[in-house]
Amino acid sequence: MKTIIKSFFLLATVALISCGGPEKKSTASKGALSGSAAEKVYVAPGEHDSHYAFISGGFSGQLAVYGLPSGRLFRVIPVFSQDPEKGYGYSEETKPMLMTSHGFVPWGDSHHPDISQTNGSVDGRWVFINENNTPRIARISLKTFETEEIIEIPNSAGNHSSSFVTENSEYVVAGTRFSVPFPQRDMSIKDMKGNFSGALSFLKIDKESGKMNIDFQIKMPGFNYDLSHPGRGKSHGWFFFSTYNTEESNTLMEVNASQNDKDFIAAINWKKIAEYVKNGGGKKMPANYAHNTWDDHTHTATTVMEKEVLVVDPKDVPGAIYFLPTAKSPHGCDVDPTGEYIIGNGKLAAAMTVHSFTKMIKAIEDKAFDGDAYGIPIIKFDAVNYGMLNQPGLGPLHTEFDTRGNGYTTFFISSEVVKWNVKDLKVIDRHPVYYSVGHLMIPGGNSRTPDDKYLVAMNKITKDRYLPTGPEVCQSAQLFDISGEKMELLLDFPTIGEPHYAAGISAQVIKDANPTKIFKLADNKHPYAVKSEAETKVVRKGNEVHIYMSMIRSHFSPDNIEGVKVGDKVFFHVTNLEQDYDVPHGISMIGANTSELLIMPGRTTTFTWEPKEVGVWPFYCTDFCSALHQEMQGYVRVSPKGSNTPLTYTLDGDVPGEEL
Amino acid sequence: MKKSNLLMIIGSFLLLGLFVFPLWNITLEAPQYPKPLGMDIYINKFIGANDEFDIKNINLMNHYVGMQYIPETIPEFKIFQIVIAVMSILGIIIGFTGKYKLFLGWFILMSLLGIAGMYDFYLWEYDYGHNLDPNAIMKFTNPDGSVMGFQPPLWGSKQILNFIAHSYPREGAVMMFIGMGMTFLAFLLGRKEANKS
Repeated sequence: MKTIIKSFFLLATVALISCGGPEKKSTASKGALSGSAAEKVYVAPGEHDSHYAFISGGFSGQLAVYGLPSGRLFRVIPVFSQDPEKGYGYSEETKPMLMTSHGFVPWGDSHHPDISQTNGSVDGRWVFINENNTPRIARISLKTFETEEIIEIPNSAGNHSSSFVTENSEYVVAGTRFSVPFPQRDMSIKDMKGNFSGALSFLKIDKESGKMNIDFQIKMPGFNYDLSHPGRGKSHGWFFFSTYNTEESNTLMEVNASQNDKDFIAAINWKKIAEYVKNGGGKKMPANYAHNTWDDHTHTATTVMEKEVLVVDPKDVPGAIYFLPTAKSPHGCDVDPTGEYIIGNGKLAAAMTVHSFTKMIKAIEDKAFDGDAYGIPIIKFDAVNYGMLNQPGLGPLHTEFDTRGNGYTTFFISSEVVKWNVKDLKVIDRHPVYYSVGHLMIPGGNSRTPDDKYLVAMNKITKDRYLPTGPEVCQSAQLFDISGEKMELLLDFPTIGEPHYAAGISAQVIKDANPTKIFKLADNKHPYAVKSEAETKVVRKGNEVHIYMSMIRSHFSPDNIEGVKVGDKVFFHVTNLEQDYDVPHGISMIGANTSELLIMPGRTTTFTWEPKEVGVWPFYCTDFCSALHQEMQGYVRVSPKGSNTPLTYTLDGDVPGEEL
Repeated sequence: MKKSNLLMIIGSFLLLGLFVFPLWNITLEAPQYPKPLGMDIYINKFIGANDEFDIKNINLMNHYVGMQYIPETIPEFKIFQIVIAVMSILGIIIGFTGKYKLFLGWFILMSLLGIAGMYDFYLWEYDYGHNLDPNAIMKFTNPDGSVMGFQPPLWGSKQILNFIAHSYPREGAVMMFIGMGMTFLAFLLGRKEANKS
């Protein structure tokens, strides 16, 4: 391993000399500190940013919402991980969101956010994001900025080449980075070759509700499907997945998966396969995967365990799938806004591969094949290749595009962003980043219409860039102005978790769609909701005590409860009766083995408490809601098991709803 | 038909605008309310002016200083509807019968009713702003030691603690004022026409 790393550094040094190398750091620093850069990122108090950036929270499992150009963090949307701040994954209503075929999984590794599209442009309705570890795709509403749906992907492992959306949001895809037995079975690992598969899953998106379902899974050869992007414009109807480990090795893969000079980009004609499936093609296979959906009327998530999935064998749909040879272990697989150029960011290659969609179609017509892999035709390299971008830098990972014919590629090893002209295959500009950049994002990047003023580079390493915070330091984003010929570094800002990719969109699109401000009480269909204080009550069912509680500035109702006993399971079903923007209330109970709840106006949320000690125990509002926030509190009396303290509940001495 | 009669009919007819448009508006501005709280007063209902939940939120604010909740309905809603409907129909009938002296009579009666309405509104506002819950969470006193009231202005703008309260007529009232002006003009014109003939 060490030799490999050493040789990379050696290579890096050579490359720096040979291609002039990135500019010196001092020049860049001066650029960032110059007055013009400061002005460009300054958003005056009370003003709004021009763009939203949804930046993956990586191993935090969440999605962070930033503003551009200021780099200010507005909100962390809980997606795949529990979030005690918001009660996500702790409240009874949100727990089902984290259910999987493996049971309740409190954490996830979120990766690639992508915004829904209409006619090839980002439309700001939903963000999709994939989870790598327990393969899942989540859909987040950009009305509520909350996770509305999470669907697990069966027969898959390491859902990395995901969750990219086609240009009319027909499909969002999932892929398999770690090929596995399909279906899973007990077998020797060393028998992997030829016996593992990589599922590529196409999830249909409902046009109105956004709800996903797995339309079909393609059972591909057991390579590692790393990243993907949809065709657009002329190539709409195709999807492109990069592969590595076409060697199909199962151990010391940093060496053994890096032997082939070329791996593949898999070109999938999904329209053809969708048609095939629509006409009854494919085979239903038993499966077991969780499908979790959130309902904004019941304010509750439900889990459905799906029991089968439609599987397509490539052999059964001839002419739908081809392999495009691509220089070594391509990571990012990117398609330019016109849909003509398909870029393989060969992370272990000295040159980047640019394929031509037009050439690909002609090669298929001419049958310009160079054999096949597991029955899938391999197109001759020269018949599909548009050209190579030679010596652009070291370790290319990802490319995004502007509308002026330029690509912007990140280089992990040489730690830089390189701007190049896709048609001319010429480097135009290069700029160092600090340090070791992974993804980059131009708002509207995965679309026909990038909004190409800004570029955000997302770095894996920061070392000395920020104030030291012990051994663990933040990862970071760097904002560039790309409106001119030269890229201009404007701003550094820290990110949560690891910023794997991001999706950006003009703020106006989302603001014009009127994001939700409150949930209407009248529409609240939660079975334990109360619509007014008069409806609040406490009901005992055996050893379960259900508290129908309300909260409004600045008290709970009821706020004095007696008759709870040790051994009871107490459910606090709490409704926020407020109907005003930005007036959430919180609630927490001493001794409850869960998080606080933060409840938005008009919403009902539940937590449980199993009191273990007799006494009088307080609960209180956790969010400074009003001038009388400190007074927003109450007591529950806990009596010994078997005691006959009657169950009572009051507010200001009266039983709610009775004095009238 | 004489011009004066037509004017009288249209003027009286304009009163019916009150069944469609609000009579009055009270708006409360404060830094925490970038979208101010507002209440539109119709002759038969109160409605949130800037948001359907404005009245609920005004009540929530006001309970801190012990003010009463704005009621869902008040007896005036019935009376106002009857008065406006009767006066409008009466005016139209007078307009058709064409006696200009009656135009003035109608105008004077309507003015008196209007003043009575405003006085009633003032009494409600006074009570609303001064009849405070003795257990109010926050009690404020004026510099002279008297209990501070929170009465919104009858017409105009006024600072009340952290709020600026605005109280102004709305479309319905404007139509009524214009209509009443027209009936007075009808009287003047009618007198002129009578003198000519």
